[in-house]
Amino acid sequence: MMNRLDQLLAIDADAEIARIGKVIRRQLAQHLRKRGAVVGLSGGIDSSVTAALCVEALGPGRVLLLLMPEGDAAASTESLALGQSFAEALGAHWVVEDISAPLAASGCYRRRDAAIRQFWPDYEPHWRFKILPSDPLAGDRLRSFRLIAEDGSGRARACRLSAADYQAIVAAMNFKQRTRKMLEYYHADRLNYAVAGTPNRLEYDQGFFVKNGDGAADFKPIAHLYKTQVYALAERLGIPRVIIDREPTTDTYSLPQGQDEFYFSLPLKQMDQCLCALDHGLSAAEVARATGLAPDVLERVFRDLTAKRRATRYGHMPPLLVEAVPSIAAGSTPGQGERHA
Amino acid sequence: MDYLSKDIRAFIEENFLFGGSAEDISDDGSLIAEGILDSAGVLELVAFLEGTYGIQVADSELLPTNLDSINRIAHYVVRKQACLQAARVA
Repeated sequence: MMNRLDQLLAIDADAEIARIGKVIRRQLAQHLRKRGAVVGLSGGIDSSVTAALCVEALGPGRVLLLLMPEGDAAASTESLALGQSFAEALGAHWVVEDISAPLAASGCYRRRDAAIRQFWPDYEPHWRFKILPSDPLAGDRLRSFRLIAEDGSGRARACRLSAADYQAIVAAMNFKQRTRKMLEYYHADRLNYAVAGTPNRLEYDQGFFVKNGDGAADFKPIAHLYKTQVYALAERLGIPRVIIDREPTTDTYSLPQGQDEFYFSLPLKQMDQCLCALDHGLSAAEVARATGLAPDVLERVFRDLTAKRRATRYGHMPPLLVEAVPSIAAGSTPGQGERHA
Repeated sequence: MDYLSKDIRAFIEENFLFGGSAEDISDDGSLIAEGILDSAGVLELVAFLEGTYGIQVADSELLPTNLDSINRIAHYVVRKQACLQAARVA
């Protein structure tokens, strides 16, 4: 028998695909007044499902898929190959935009390297590295970040980052998401298309996006879906098994890094269950039974989810005005939640 | 201890409240629960304590019991400085 959590996460994939298609068509025609959609394809499940939904809704001739590799990220070559093969299968137009040159021109790598050399003067750009947050489930520890690197001889190095060091590295790395979005809008402007955002609910709710980078879009067709539900849609949409089974990565740092290590405190399935439980006010005992997590771990997960949700408000916040401008405010946010459409 | 609490309160007012008053926050009030100290704020506070008081905050000491109120921070700094002093004497 299905437990309550499984019931809440269960989805009629065919009906949901049809519903999302209807909403996308209405949003493009009535609110955005655009002729098609641009989707940045990463080779991961979320962008693949978003692309397939746009193709289902609009037809392959009305969707442009953008593949935007760069030389620095650990999984970039694999992501490009998967994206190309999937784009071919969808039958939509696709374009490769290598973002290495614009990133170099904007100083992404130079600024990142300068920040790292603050504490490792012998740092070389060919070293591989990543940022590792402290485990939010390990006791009551407040959040901190370590820089992990593998130097030229393969030796591991690690140090705790100060606020200024952490912010300097992240700010430089955020050029990647913002450069990709800039190119998506270039093609969208060129074609009079809208830009589709690809966050799932976990990412949208918990702030796993860069403001005005991958957080920017004209419509976000899977932002209401838990990751488990995205997987269910992927199966029905015929997303290739190699994409469905691929571990979600940040695709940002040169050392391999899963999303659960970088941002989420548990494997994605359990994070999904916990977020759904929090959203629906399920009791701790009910969630413990369904997830197999101990009550003290659950308490820390809920605390972490709530803290990240609070921190995410800034990411979703539009620019603040000193006073409302009524002529602009009226009807400026159509299509916010079309649950009953 | 009083001068420490005053310094810490001044840092919080200047750094997190843009010069606004932290009068409403008692010395024992939770800075995290009040939304004053977020994850970036914790790291900034650590940099302030290390730079101002010559202490090193270990990863294992990044705990609400040390950093979640003005009094807790002040007591933590006093303990750390006492350890430093003892190490120098030894």
